[in-house]
Amino acid sequence: MEKVDSLTSKTSANHKPGKGPLALLIATRKGAFILRGGKNRNKWKLSEPIFLGHMVHHIVQDPRDRQTILVACRTGHLGPTVFRSTDFGKTWAEAGTPPAFLKAAEGETGRVLDHVFWLTPGHASEPGVWYAGSSPQGLFRSEDGGANWEGVPGFNDHPMRPAWTGGASDGTPDGPKLHSILIDPRDPNHMYLGMSMGGVFESTDRGADWKPLNKGCAADFIPVPDPEYGHDPHCVRLHPLKPDRLYQQNHCGIYRMERDEGEWVRIGDNMPKDVGDIGFPMVVHPRDPDKAWVFPMDGTTVWPRTSPDGKPAAYVTRNAGKSWKRLDKGLPTKHAWLTVKRQAMAADTHQPLGIYFGTTSGEVWGSTNEGKKWESLARHLPHVYAVEVAEHLK
Amino acid sequence: MKVYVPSALRSYTGQKDEVEADGATLEEVLRELDGRYPGFRFRIIDEQDSIRPHIKIFVNYELASDLNIVLRGEDEISILLALSGG
Repeated sequence: MEKVDSLTSKTSANHKPGKGPLALLIATRKGAFILRGGKNRNKWKLSEPIFLGHMVHHIVQDPRDRQTILVACRTGHLGPTVFRSTDFGKTWAEAGTPPAFLKAAEGETGRVLDHVFWLTPGHASEPGVWYAGSSPQGLFRSEDGGANWEGVPGFNDHPMRPAWTGGASDGTPDGPKLHSILIDPRDPNHMYLGMSMGGVFESTDRGADWKPLNKGCAADFIPVPDPEYGHDPHCVRLHPLKPDRLYQQNHCGIYRMERDEGEWVRIGDNMPKDVGDIGFPMVVHPRDPDKAWVFPMDGTTVWPRTSPDGKPAAYVTRNAGKSWKRLDKGLPTKHAWLTVKRQAMAADTHQPLGIYFGTTSGEVWGSTNEGKKWESLARHLPHVYAVEVAEHLK
Repeated sequence: MKVYVPSALRSYTGQKDEVEADGATLEEVLRELDGRYPGFRFRIIDEQDSIRPHIKIFVNYELASDLNIVLRGEDEISILLALSGG
């Protein structure tokens, strides 16, 4: 791995800008879609719906083989499952053993998986390994490209897990979630995850044990001062070139952590006061550890979770959170009461960087110049849950 | 015995709305169907062996509350998705 030592180091020879066509993998409340862009990230073409009627929480490409895509879904009636394609969406097969909790011993109450919420391809050195996070909070691993899944007992059976995760009603209205499963690119044993509710947790032994990592992060909805856990990270990101730098969009603001310091610093305090630093998604620049984007929402009064004042905008920091700049050119200037969910904002690796987001109102927006100007790429889709970028298409 | 399959599950049964299955209990019938149509059972029965919310299984005209119901060869099983959603 090429080391990035200083706070402002910018590039790595191992992370050259991407080229060529890419696609956006869009998960919605009523199915998935693939939005293919041309060579110059223009002429976007939307696929027919995939798994129409399914609540698709995440659709993710495997960057190690580029052809595998996993889809986490359920319907309103049918239970949760994972579908996989090994030919970039031409054909699909259901996982033989989808993620599920263990059956409880006689006389005990077991947990029931409501939905798979998050999918993360494993470390580059572990082809075929995937991780999944669920609601209620569970961690699952596949060793065969998503065909079969088992619970990670180091988390699911951890004696502190009930305390960390709280009850079924201690989380987001549609169920508490385990998300933001992050693998250190230097070491497949070093992992992080986020839980709403629960906080950020770290493992250094491939998930065999976990420790809370929430020092410095506010949890002002809990009466306990400086709790060790119980926080509400909405989206946690690790910088691929500087893996000891973490960013977090939390229920209580925007944070950055330098892992050796071990304490979250609230960089959202530098956001404009009339916008605030509440939101769901956060995206980092793959070659610049100092650049990150957020999409603020209204977190006042009863928490409408819509664009502040009906005026949607992304904000970028180019100095690791010391200052933020509004990016709204091309976006609606008023009466746009939309929300961008935690999985619904992503970046490609091109130069200049492309940023994309999907809205609860069924629109997909993109920028091919790091957010300086936005264009509508798709409209009239169902409520968008997630947007991921698929690159290096064969 | 006959098992009536709702439209949401016919992707598993090759679009058949009615299939034949054997078993002394509802559990055995669903296990047999899952062997023939992998994934079928978990979409309607959770990992604690409970019938999922919004799924109703009738044995003849009786609503089944669990999977231990004893069946006879002439029984008819109907799997229904409760009217809900939006």
